[in-house]
Amino acid sequence: MEYYIELVINGLLIGALYSMVALGFVLIYKASDILNFAQGEFVMFAGYVVAFVILTESSGIFAALGFPGAGLPIIVAIPVALVVMVGVGYAVEYSLLRHLVGQPVHAVIIATLGLAFFLRGVAQALFGVESRNVPLPINQDPLFIGDLLLNRTELIAGVICGLVFLGVGWFFMKSRSGIALRAIADDTTVSMGMGISVRKYFGIAWAIAGIVALVGAVFWGNASGVDIQLALIGLKVFPVVILGGLDSILGAIIAGLIVGLAESLAAGFLDPIVGGGTKDLTPYVLMILVLMFRPYGLFGKPIIERV
Amino acid sequence: MLYRATGSFNRSYADELKVYQVPLPKNTIIVITFLVFVVVPLTFNEYYISILNFIGVAALGAIGLNILLGYTGQISVGHGAFMAVGAYTTAVILREFPDFPWFLALLGGGVGAAVIGMFFGIPSLRIKGLYLAVSTLAAQLIIEWGINHWPWLSGGAQGSVYVAHPTFPWMVDGELAMKPMKQNVEYYFLIYITLALGIILALNIFRTHLGRAFIAVRDRDIAAEIIGIDVFKTKLAAFGISSFYAGVTGGLYAFLYTIANVEAFTLLVSIQFLAMCVIGGLGSILGSILGATFVVLLPIVNDLVVRGLGGALLGWDDATASTILPKVNLILFGGLIMFFLIVEPDGLAKLWRTITDYFRVWPFPYI
Repeated sequence: MEYYIELVINGLLIGALYSMVALGFVLIYKASDILNFAQGEFVMFAGYVVAFVILTESSGIFAALGFPGAGLPIIVAIPVALVVMVGVGYAVEYSLLRHLVGQPVHAVIIATLGLAFFLRGVAQALFGVESRNVPLPINQDPLFIGDLLLNRTELIAGVICGLVFLGVGWFFMKSRSGIALRAIADDTTVSMGMGISVRKYFGIAWAIAGIVALVGAVFWGNASGVDIQLALIGLKVFPVVILGGLDSILGAIIAGLIVGLAESLAAGFLDPIVGGGTKDLTPYVLMILVLMFRPYGLFGKPIIERV
Repeated sequence: MLYRATGSFNRSYADELKVYQVPLPKNTIIVITFLVFVVVPLTFNEYYISILNFIGVAALGAIGLNILLGYTGQISVGHGAFMAVGAYTTAVILREFPDFPWFLALLGGGVGAAVIGMFFGIPSLRIKGLYLAVSTLAAQLIIEWGINHWPWLSGGAQGSVYVAHPTFPWMVDGELAMKPMKQNVEYYFLIYITLALGIILALNIFRTHLGRAFIAVRDRDIAAEIIGIDVFKTKLAAFGISSFYAGVTGGLYAFLYTIANVEAFTLLVSIQFLAMCVIGGLGSILGSILGATFVVLLPIVNDLVVRGLGGALLGWDDATASTILPKVNLILFGGLIMFFLIVEPDGLAKLWRTITDYFRVWPFPYI
């Protein structure tokens, strides 16, 4: 019995981490109507920056110039990475996305895919290719609640994800910038007519997505190490984004929890039957089912087409 | 500059249906055919022929994806997986039935991929654009997973299926026999004859009702439905034909590599084909070929430049250059995709058209 409760709790906690990355997708889609295929690479880049600041060994251009790492504690690493990710978000928006306004959707998809490869190459060149671990100052002993075995890091990650979601939700609902972003997502031309600077807010939206990527990177980097594989988290999170609805923050949370749960339960129940690997397959099958029956997701807004 | 277009003066239906209305394109095709099938195989050396082989196969795949993306407007990130289906189908047919003619096995690979492609095209009935792209991404990953987890087909995860060499009739020891292909030049003829057939098929599709239905669905699918085009059947046909091309391409890759392995058909390959179509120009067969040439040549040119310049200017030895090379490849690949989309979203084919238009109306600025 405990096994199943542990499966459920583990699934929910992993799901919280998925929702964190999904939030990045949703924010950018909500603000600029673009599905950012490079979001996984944002997470990877943030992870590389954090690892660079914390650790003292690396390869790549910085190492070749004689500066392989800073060795500073994580309290310093997070603000530094924050600044870098905000910079990356602004830079991407300024150089690439500005030119893609009004282009057909396939052009935007391929542009973000190109950006994904570009970021991979830049991260590898700057920081080197080897896998590195991001140590967090959290007690590594497992926590026992009754008979249940829980991972402290995952619990703290879940709590922090919840706080970030509350923060982002408040930002979009109550703050001036959040309301401006929602206005732009609703109707860009009217917002421009109301005096909202669309350029500035596109930049802000991408910068926030960079920040959210950083939060995801810290925990995923700790769980599975920082290297190129971390960028694949972007692929894994597509089912979450589609299930929840591309433009719904609430959907990102709920869908993340659902997908994490489904993965965990599938691994627990189906793996012994099939022989392994269902963990990877389940989210995509779930996504195709959702796309067939309810393409806009649980909480997304349906797009009504007119001739 | 060798002719001026002054109007269409056809006096019979036969004249109107002619493929070449003026002699210049026909003569150009004759010259190109002579160059491709006679001059190049006799004069180029092995290394360049092998590069041309890869360009040829990639061009065939890119034409398939262009039919789906450029002419029908359906975004598909699953092209690599359909190629994998074709490769494995060809390989397994030849493994289970060793005396089966290899060109029928190749076509069988195409048909198998077409069936799978049409199955994964079913969501296109309800979703379009971004959502369809994500659904085909799921198709890519599900097919990869399926191949890895079906031991009969693939020999388990990371297993390869060995493919027999295709054979062709040739003089062996003074008599006509079936000789297996081992040389690059022999593959060259196989690939370029298939590519020529593929190009003729693709160009002719767009002279038929189905082809015009594809273009209508791309431009205004709701209006197309209203005037009586069955949009779902058209979209399924587009997925089917495009996946047929992908399957034949996969089979050719299987022949070229002599194995069928799912690692050769990952998401990266799908994205490379998307890049070929976009860089070359959507909605244009010439664009697919130019894009394929560009994307296949990029790593090779990159290699030469990084090793050459790095060695000469910065004193890099081979080892350093080898570690830098993959990163520069990624940066250049991604950077060039973004650059092309910003500067010339209609691709290399548009660039070519701009140049030929300039010469066509020269010395006037416009006609």
